[in-house]
Amino acid sequence: MYGGGYIFDEPNKRQLNEEQLHDDPEKLADFEARIARGEKIEPGDWMPSEYRRQLIRLIEQHAHSEIMGALPEGTWITRAPGFKRKLALIAKVQDEIGHGQLLYNAAETLGKSREAMINDLLSGKSKYSNVFNYPAETWADVTVIGFLIDAAAIVNQVANAKGSYGPYCRALERICYEESFHLKQGHDAFIELATGTPAQRAMLQDALNRWWQPIMHFFGPPDKSSVHSEKLMQWKVKMASNDDMRNQFLDTYVPKIWDLGLTLPDEKLRKDPDTGKWEYSDPDWDLFKKVINGGGPCNQERLNVRKWAETHGRWVRKALMNPKDRIAAPVA
Amino acid sequence: MENQSLDPRVNRLQLNPSGEAVTVQDGENWNVFEVFHQEKRGAHHEHVGCVHAPNAQMALIFAKEQFGRRKKCVNIWVVRSADILAFSAEDEDMFANNLEKTYRDASGFKVMEKINKYRKSTRHDEE
Ligand SMILES: [Fe+2]
Ligand SMILES: [Fe+2]
Repeated sequence: MYGGGYIFDEPNKRQLNEEQLHDDPEKLADFEARIARGEKIEPGDWMPSEYRRQLIRLIEQHAHSEIMGALPEGTWITRAPGFKRKLALIAKVQDEIGHGQLLYNAAETLGKSREAMINDLLSGKSKYSNVFNYPAETWADVTVIGFLIDAAAIVNQVANAKGSYGPYCRALERICYEESFHLKQGHDAFIELATGTPAQRAMLQDALNRWWQPIMHFFGPPDKSSVHSEKLMQWKVKMASNDDMRNQFLDTYVPKIWDLGLTLPDEKLRKDPDTGKWEYSDPDWDLFKKVINGGGPCNQERLNVRKWAETHGRWVRKALMNPKDRIAAPVA
Repeated sequence: MENQSLDPRVNRLQLNPSGEAVTVQDGENWNVFEVFHQEKRGAHHEHVGCVHAPNAQMALIFAKEQFGRRKKCVNIWVVRSADILAFSAEDEDMFANNLEKTYRDASGFKVMEKINKYRKSTRHDEE
């Protein structure tokens, strides 16, 4: 699923460091001309150090989000209502783990090992999408995740698939193909509750009310307040602004929710017929920052589960390890 | 007694509640293998990505899970990424196509022109 539009960076690094832009000007010009022509950058190509750093950060956090995103859904596999829903949920969770691996591989081509990325996740240095720091309390939560969180992730991933770094684009192409199944099975489960008994509808409405704020947070702070990097847009690392992606998401999915007679907990939410833009109450961005920095309801739980998995899988990995092996990064 | 259920309706997952730090060692995620899949008999094996595995046999198993679980696939190759030899991306210009390579192309040989010219000339002789 899940590259949120918002990619965490350490506060003092959020602005491009001028010195890091002082790469060989001739090579930089060639590099930028290549991107402007729509060509892809491949692992062996020359690239500015800041391009490499930003891409590692972006792809690594996207990978972590896939892995951590499987946790709230994974616990529901044995309780999914019915055999077909269980099969679909198992397949979806397997896909998400597969997405994580595809993305770790893409990031590895830039020079950071998978072990280093996992260590940064476990230590809290590297972040993942904020939505997974909330609990999936009922089956309706799982349908909201499968339908709306995957939908939001698709908006982001379809945009990023047109970016400039070849290995990331190829991974996203495969990922987007599988996401269409995630969205469809989530939509189906969502509709089943929405068209079901009053108790089912009430459960779904409750889940929507709880998830709406995290969903509004998903694409990150508004453009006006985020340190906007034109360089990242020019280099085709960032492909769309947070507000544009959020607007695109609202435009496609809010009508589908309202159509079913469900409500969203924001009285200001409406589409301006003149501008075509959606208006909404400003989500609580202080809460967003608090959750990113470890203060959400499930941050500790998620990391502890991840650490538990590493500890308990270690003996298998070690038993099969060959210390004399010559290890190389992925080629492409 | 504490209920040990992992059911999120009963308990939050209380795994590793101490939150003790865990560090993965270099090499613990094994080696990297490039994966090539064949969509149907008779087709080329095409590069689709890579997997981490301790050896080629395990790489095949992981590659089947990762790249063979949806679309049609009849065969997979794996090879250690370290064993791939490639040209440097900077040498791309050596593949630049010299437009005067018609001697390499079928279209560079105008056989029919010569045959027609010959036919025309012999027909003329017979008259
Ligand atoms: Fe995914
Ligand atoms: Fe997904």
